Amino acid sequence: MLDIHGLTASIGGKAILKGIDLSVPAGEIHAIMGPNGSGKSTLGYVLAGREDHSVTGGTVTFEGRDMLSMEPEARAAAGLFLAFQAPIELPGVNNANFIRTALNAVRRAHGESELDAVQFLKLARAELKRLAMPDDMLKRNVNVGFSGGEKKRNEVLQMTLLRPRFAVLDETDSGLDIDALKIVADGVNALRGPEFSALVITHHQRLLDHLVPNRVHVLAGGRIVRSGGPELAKELEKSGYGAMLAEAA
Amino acid sequence: MPADSETLDTVRSVTQSGYKWGFETDIEMDVAPKGLSADTIRLISERKQEPSWMLEWRLKAYQAWLAMEEPHWARVEHARIDYQDIHYYAAPKKKPGPKSLDEVDPELLRTYEKLGIPLKERAILAGVEGADQDGYVEGSGQIAVDAVFDSVSVATTFRATLSKVGVIFCPISEAIREYPDLVRQYIGSVVPVADNFFAALNSAVFTDGSFVFIPKGVRCPMELSTYFRMNARNTGQFERTLIIAEAGAHVSYLEGCTAPQRDENQLHAAVVELVAMDDATIKYSTVQNWYPGDAEGRGGIYNFVTKRGACLGARSKISWTQVETGSAITWKYPSCVLLGEDSVGEFYSVAVTNNRQQADTGTKMIHIGKGSRSTIIAKGISAGRSNNTYRGLVKVLPSAAGARNFTQCDSLLIGQECGAHTVPYIESRNRSAKIEHEATTSKIAEDQLFYCRQRGLSEEDAVNLIVNGFCKDVLKELPMEFAVEAQKLLAVSLEGSVG
Ligand SMILES: Nc1ncnc2c1ncn2[C@@H]1O[C@H](COP(=O)(O)OP(=O)(O)OP(=O)(O)O)[C@@H](O)[C@H]1O
Ligand SMILES: [Mg+2]
Repeated sequence: MLDIHGLTASIGGKAILKGIDLSVPAGEIHAIMGPNGSGKSTLGYVLAGREDHSVTGGTVTFEGRDMLSMEPEARAAAGLFLAFQAPIELPGVNNANFIRTALNAVRRAHGESELDAVQFLKLARAELKRLAMPDDMLKRNVNVGFSGGEKKRNEVLQMTLLRPRFAVLDETDSGLDIDALKIVADGVNALRGPEFSALVITHHQRLLDHLVPNRVHVLAGGRIVRSGGPELAKELEKSGYGAMLAEAA
Repeated sequence: MPADSETLDTVRSVTQSGYKWGFETDIEMDVAPKGLSADTIRLISERKQEPSWMLEWRLKAYQAWLAMEEPHWARVEHARIDYQDIHYYAAPKKKPGPKSLDEVDPELLRTYEKLGIPLKERAILAGVEGADQDGYVEGSGQIAVDAVFDSVSVATTFRATLSKVGVIFCPISEAIREYPDLVRQYIGSVVPVADNFFAALNSAVFTDGSFVFIPKGVRCPMELSTYFRMNARNTGQFERTLIIAEAGAHVSYLEGCTAPQRDENQLHAAVVELVAMDDATIKYSTVQNWYPGDAEGRGGIYNFVTKRGACLGARSKISWTQVETGSAITWKYPSCVLLGEDSVGEFYSVAVTNNRQQADTGTKMIHIGKGSRSTIIAKGISAGRSNNTYRGLVKVLPSAAGARNFTQCDSLLIGQECGAHTVPYIESRNRSAKIEHEATTSKIAEDQLFYCRQRGLSEEDAVNLIVNGFCKDVLKELPMEFAVEAQKLLAVSLEGSVG
């Protein structure tokens, strides 16, 4: 589904990603772990097409299409979703209106009919209920005055409503209480299927307990230094990155 | 909420068509020679079949104007205006009323069509005989329209329904003839003839406008609306509007403007006077979309307007809501004189400038009555190389014990080359008064745009969404239909401001 080859990227002239090779087949969930500042968020932004992150080399193909040549909104329409590590506030913009506008933009791109406010609210309320989130989540302004955990839940709500084919979750589990953690995992598991893949960036094994990944990759210094099965995460939890990095060097 | 998808459609259609309302109508005109003199004023007064007191009033204003100088304190720049190079009177030639729409000048109908006026209303506006007879269905949410087509109100709709409850809604020229006592009592009572340069000019040469009178205790059964259009080349527009709400009366009035694209700068100097008695409420909403000029600012409208409301009665309320997207230059300060005890003044404004547009706008709240209150919410949006200034005065006189004001001024900048300025003047001469002022300036951040685009929105849609969010507190004050229209205008006027 997603194939990354030799991807290098820099921010403000400083090289951050130094050659990433990664393939996520359809239906699989891969976890990315790694020390602070190793480039995990950068990878997510580059996949989503953030303009101030310049790609200096390599390729990314998404279902056979050259994704790097596409505008961010075209990538979204193709089914890419990024749950932001730090979700952005949009003052005065009603959350329901925002998600509906986004959903309709994606539907339009697929030649599907747009949802009116009533149809959308019905859908959104059902989703809220499933995710055990309060109704007022839709009435509030996008992320404004949301607690850290509420912002993360709002990312999950958007994801489940937009139904992407490929989701990148950037530390969506950070700052969540135990119950919310399970909700996030449920959100991803609900989308899980042969047509859905995800890249889950996390620092914690506990999310991976609920969301058993097919593969775990360790990103350090802008490179993937190790890949393995779910047991790799457990190993890291016990011994940290130090030993592994020394070994990789 | 449903306006957003429409907003997007509008953006798309306008991207392809340029200024959507940039059309010009060619109708037989009755035009006075260029230039301003006592004779021009006599000609206007004579064409309007005015009583002699009106002519005298005009001539007095003219004398005052001759002694005044064009003001230059606003943060706007423009080429010198040659007041002798303007036609002060232009009227479509009067013919006997057409029998059906087929007999109506097709140009006029096309103009109405482009303005989006429904067919039935078009017939009434065009003066088709009998078109206004079977008309209005109570509670159907209809809007009465008084179209100012150039300088003469071609027709007025829904008069019958309104007159049933005693509401007068007619061209002011007609009111001067039919209700001289009312007009004489109130005209110039809120904006005196010599109030300022442009008001004096207007008083001397105004050709038409609307007159509204809501009798005691009456809640006007529909929104009253005027479409202003400037049409004849080089015809300055000098509208005069007078709205009187007697004790306990309520009225909501909307002024909407579009104008044809043209090369010369056009001067517009309107005067609006509002009078509210005890417990009366006047809500005056404006969606202003005059031609702003091309990307270099050539050919736009100069909009120099004096709008003022007098809250004469106890607990009276005057609320100004404006969405200003058009004109090359806007110079406009809708104000409230809060004389009545516990009277309320409100000003909600969105002013958008793009390309080379200049706007210097704001309000004045003059607190005289005990316990009078005012609220000011001003949102300025600047894009391109435009300049946007908020200028506001809150004045509390010694008599206004317990007066309160809250002011919120927010500026949003799009791009690097535009300017936003906030100039608040506060004068309080009563210690018990409470005045609060908050101001913010922000930019649409790259990460906000990226967040929206990651969700599938185009950059332009993202800007619209963010701008609409920024203006929400003002837009929600507009009547529903006009809120939708205003959202479209915001999208249209910011089109091309990013990327
Ligand atoms: N806008 C920026 N300007 C300059 N440097 C940046 C910018 N954004 C990120 N960086 C740098 O890029 C490197 C990678 O950052 P990134 O956010 O991708 O790390 P991360 O792996 O997600 O870390 P964390 O686990 O703390 O979230 C860091 O050294 C960071 O300082
Ligand atoms: Mg990160």
